[in-house]
Amino acid sequence: MATVAASPSYARPAASEKEGFMAWLTTTDHKKIGTLYLHTSLFFFIFGGLEAVLMRWQLMKPNQTIVTADQFNQLFTMHGTTMVFLAIMPLSAAFFNYLIPLQLGARDVAFPRLNAFSYWVYLLGGIFITLPILFWVAPDGGWFAYAPLSGRTYSPAINMDFWVLGIQILGISSLAAAFNFATTIINMRAPGMNLMRMPMFTWMSFVTQFLIILAFPVITIALVFLQFDRFFGTNFYQVSAGADPLLWQHLFWVFGHPEVYILILPAFGLVSEVLPTNSKKPLFGYGVMAYSGILIGFLGFGVWAHHMFSVGMGPVGDTVFSLTTMLIAIPTGVKIFNWIFTMWGGSIRFTAAMKFAIGLIALFTIGGISGITHSSPPSDLQQTDTYYIVAHFHYVLFGGAIMGIFSGIYHYFPKMYGRYMDERLGTWHFWLNFISMNLTFFPMHYSGLLGMPRRIYTYDTAQGWDTFNMLSTIGAFLLMPATLIFIWNFFKSKKGGEPAPANAWDAATLEWSIPSPPPEYNFAKIPVVHSRYPLWDLTHPERTKDVPHTDEGMRHTGEHDVVDMHIETERRTAKELGIPMPSSTIKPFWTALGIVVMFTGLLIMPHNKMAGLVGIFTGAAMLVGFLYAWLTTPLEEHH
Amino acid sequence: MAHDSAHASHEHEHPTWKTYKWVALWLTLITIVEVWAYYIPSFVASAAFVPSLLFMSAVKFVIVVMFYMHLKYDHKLFRALFTGPLIIAVATLLALMMLFRKFAD
Amino acid sequence: MRETDRSGRPIPTSVLSLGVPPLVTAHAHAAPAAHSGGHEEHHHYTTTGLDNRKIAIWAFIGSECMLFASLISTYLIYKGRSLVGPFPHTEWTNPQTGQVFKPILNIPVTSFSTFVLLMSSLAMVLALAAVQNKDNPLPANAGLGDRMLASSKLWLWATCILGAMFLACQAYEFTSFVHEGLTIKTNLFGSTFFTLTGFHGAHVTAGVIWLGTLLAIDYKRGLGPKDALNVDLAALYWHFVDVIWIAIFTLLYLIPD
Ligand code: HEM
Ligand SMILES: [Cu+2]
Repeated sequence: MATVAASPSYARPAASEKEGFMAWLTTTDHKKIGTLYLHTSLFFFIFGGLEAVLMRWQLMKPNQTIVTADQFNQLFTMHGTTMVFLAIMPLSAAFFNYLIPLQLGARDVAFPRLNAFSYWVYLLGGIFITLPILFWVAPDGGWFAYAPLSGRTYSPAINMDFWVLGIQILGISSLAAAFNFATTIINMRAPGMNLMRMPMFTWMSFVTQFLIILAFPVITIALVFLQFDRFFGTNFYQVSAGADPLLWQHLFWVFGHPEVYILILPAFGLVSEVLPTNSKKPLFGYGVMAYSGILIGFLGFGVWAHHMFSVGMGPVGDTVFSLTTMLIAIPTGVKIFNWIFTMWGGSIRFTAAMKFAIGLIALFTIGGISGITHSSPPSDLQQTDTYYIVAHFHYVLFGGAIMGIFSGIYHYFPKMYGRYMDERLGTWHFWLNFISMNLTFFPMHYSGLLGMPRRIYTYDTAQGWDTFNMLSTIGAFLLMPATLIFIWNFFKSKKGGEPAPANAWDAATLEWSIPSPPPEYNFAKIPVVHSRYPLWDLTHPERTKDVPHTDEGMRHTGEHDVVDMHIETERRTAKELGIPMPSSTIKPFWTALGIVVMFTGLLIMPHNKMAGLVGIFTGAAMLVGFLYAWLTTPLEEHH
Repeated sequence: MAHDSAHASHEHEHPTWKTYKWVALWLTLITIVEVWAYYIPSFVASAAFVPSLLFMSAVKFVIVVMFYMHLKYDHKLFRALFTGPLIIAVATLLALMMLFRKFAD
Repeated sequence: MRETDRSGRPIPTSVLSLGVPPLVTAHAHAAPAAHSGGHEEHHHYTTTGLDNRKIAIWAFIGSECMLFASLISTYLIYKGRSLVGPFPHTEWTNPQTGQVFKPILNIPVTSFSTFVLLMSSLAMVLALAAVQNKDNPLPANAGLGDRMLASSKLWLWATCILGAMFLACQAYEFTSFVHEGLTIKTNLFGSTFFTLTGFHGAHVTAGVIWLGTLLAIDYKRGLGPKDALNVDLAALYWHFVDVIWIAIFTLLYLIPD
């Protein structure tokens, strides 16, 4: 009987040196799954970007007819939905997958098969919700799909069905992943790594998982209501039956505001890794950084109605939500100052990653400030539903989340592929991206304050908007070559980039102590952690003399003895080292497919009841069958 | 009664049949009182009705969580994993009630 | 064997031997519930000494709090706002047809099913305790009570049957409501009532299937202390579904508009 509580017991791979397509389809390796997430979400990022470019083309000049009003509605709906659910969240998930186990000193996540399942649900759900735009039957109710507008009465066609069901599918993926990573972070830290020694990316990811765990059930229920309304004729959003037109708005934003922090916190985490490494100093105010993340997460549940100041909540509601919104800006601002003080006095190395990280600080600050300008209801009434809001959330999302993610990609590419990305191209990418991003979104502050509403498909001339729109469109066009440079750099460097050593940037955390790319087992022996910066203790003790060092938390680890901190350069196979690894399996894929088939059946129901029912029952049978098979097969094989 | 000795090997106090039985008894009793209260029109009409019912069901909720879900005895991590979300859930519910003017009347 | 690190340098023994308290001492539950599948070959280190799955199920339960909070909030927001009847606690006369609809909730039946669900939780803890104590032989003079308490099959059966009884009551309730003229489409009350209680019922159904699976395993190879964690996970889920019902019973059935 084990004296140590069990994490999943891994078995030796049964000669499973599968290669090629099947290897990817059946993988349970968090690094491979991270790679899958990264490529898929970059694809969707580009797809969503092209949708945006089409919109900007339409708005370049007054009274254009590049697309119709109807198509424009589909474009802005799918652009927002794609960027939020199919690009930024899974880009963050790519880093959760790749980095969390490495930063913790673990060999995989807590539930490797669940991890594969999350990815497959995401991929299939992404395809489900993206395909219709190719035929111009895509969702057209905006990314927040306000009911009753999105109900059957006002959106009778199939368009919104794709959204309602697609987001439900994607939510399953996010929730499954969140339980997995939360457990991983709580329970799979290397000996000695107490919470206050976790790398900041892992910290911010930790908060993010709880935001997902608590916010997604709310949208799930709001969507269930909408599904029932649309498919079974219930009355949740049916105003003629006495329903309250604000119900959806409230439920959506109870989810929606935490969601924006789900989008930004991982990026915050990434730059919190990049800045200290490239400033050659420990992160300034580590504890404050961690606590402000928790505070943001907690307060994030108390500000949602700032998206609804215009609906007339009354003086008490308006005041409370205005105050909490102003409050939440404080821990956010604290982070900005911490990053600046991290760089202060450091000997800064301006890598491409560093440039993007500094870009985040600058641009997110602008977005944060415009955010505060609409935290006050009277001024928000001027700004709401105008391009000023569009400017705000693009500064925080593009300037914040996307810049942070690019920073992370440049920084962690050497770890993932054993090669550096081209720094010269990276610099080009940064400047072109930075300039065109500002060219696109800064003028929107003006067009917005001049009264240009968001989500209009065209406008008349002589309202003072023409120049600003032209500038925005030029910026959007320039973002294309910027992104192209990045994509080219990415694929070129995978093959021919300069080889990178284990500790490519002379960084301080565990992921840099193993070969690049990491072997399947990550750590041949689990390292013991004595401080926040275990590698700098080894290579630059002078940098870490002010951070706490103890032996506290140090324990015997059971099957593998621990090892002192060192940089591992040797690379062997798990078999040679006798390290049991989770075996690969196709079951998560089939389970995920079952879910998507089920929802597709529901989609078809109103049009062909028989086919719909067949779909639902086939999907449900697949789901239940494969789930059962999965749960009753141990992760390991026995001999 | 039943084999209390079985639990002697655990270092910590651990609920036994005796505890479980008492909890079940309390659950039953409170439920009876609740339903009984429902059938007294004068009480239902009084201002004390809703608070007392909420209180009684809260007690039931808490004793099941503490004793049947072992939260009283288990690792404090589990307590945090449950109470944190519960607090946010209840706070959100109350805020929504306020926003929809459910306490106005 | 002397441990060496990758460079072949011996690791100072101080590092290896530093503080080696057995991991489980601190946690009453981790000990018996530790290992699940009965596979003894690997001792996996976890930071807290707890099992991953138990942490995950508690995180899941936390998530479910928000799920049911959303459902219950919606029910309460729409309470008393239906434009047409039938209503839960008050009589309604259809102005067009003059037909009279009695208050639709059936408190006696639901009180009974509530009691049934509460008792299923008692059966569930006893099932878990029986599984945990499987390795402790009963004393030779053990009475009937002790023998019953030691039977995991008995309590698993009891839990399943009580759960199924609850579901049967719900099925009766739903069908009689439909006969009386309340469907999920009728009014706001119908939509919120059927969705909220239906979601709860679906949770109970999943729980019954889960427990049924455990029961099947018990018959196949006998559940022992090494399976206690698996039973514990099901039990936590089951009790949670029970406490949600405690809230629903009060908020939906007992408190009138
Ligand atoms: C300094 C902190 C922030 C404050 C005070 C703030 C405030 C606000 C307010 C009041 C609105 C509603 C405006 C309106 O619709 O009239 C808003 C919209 C928005 N914010 Fe922020 N915000 C902050 C940070 C962020 C962050 C970090 C993100 C995401 C990374 C974000 C993303 C958004 C989005 C996407 C919207 C628009 C949603 C929509 O209507 O489609 N905000 N913000
Ligand atoms: Cu917000």
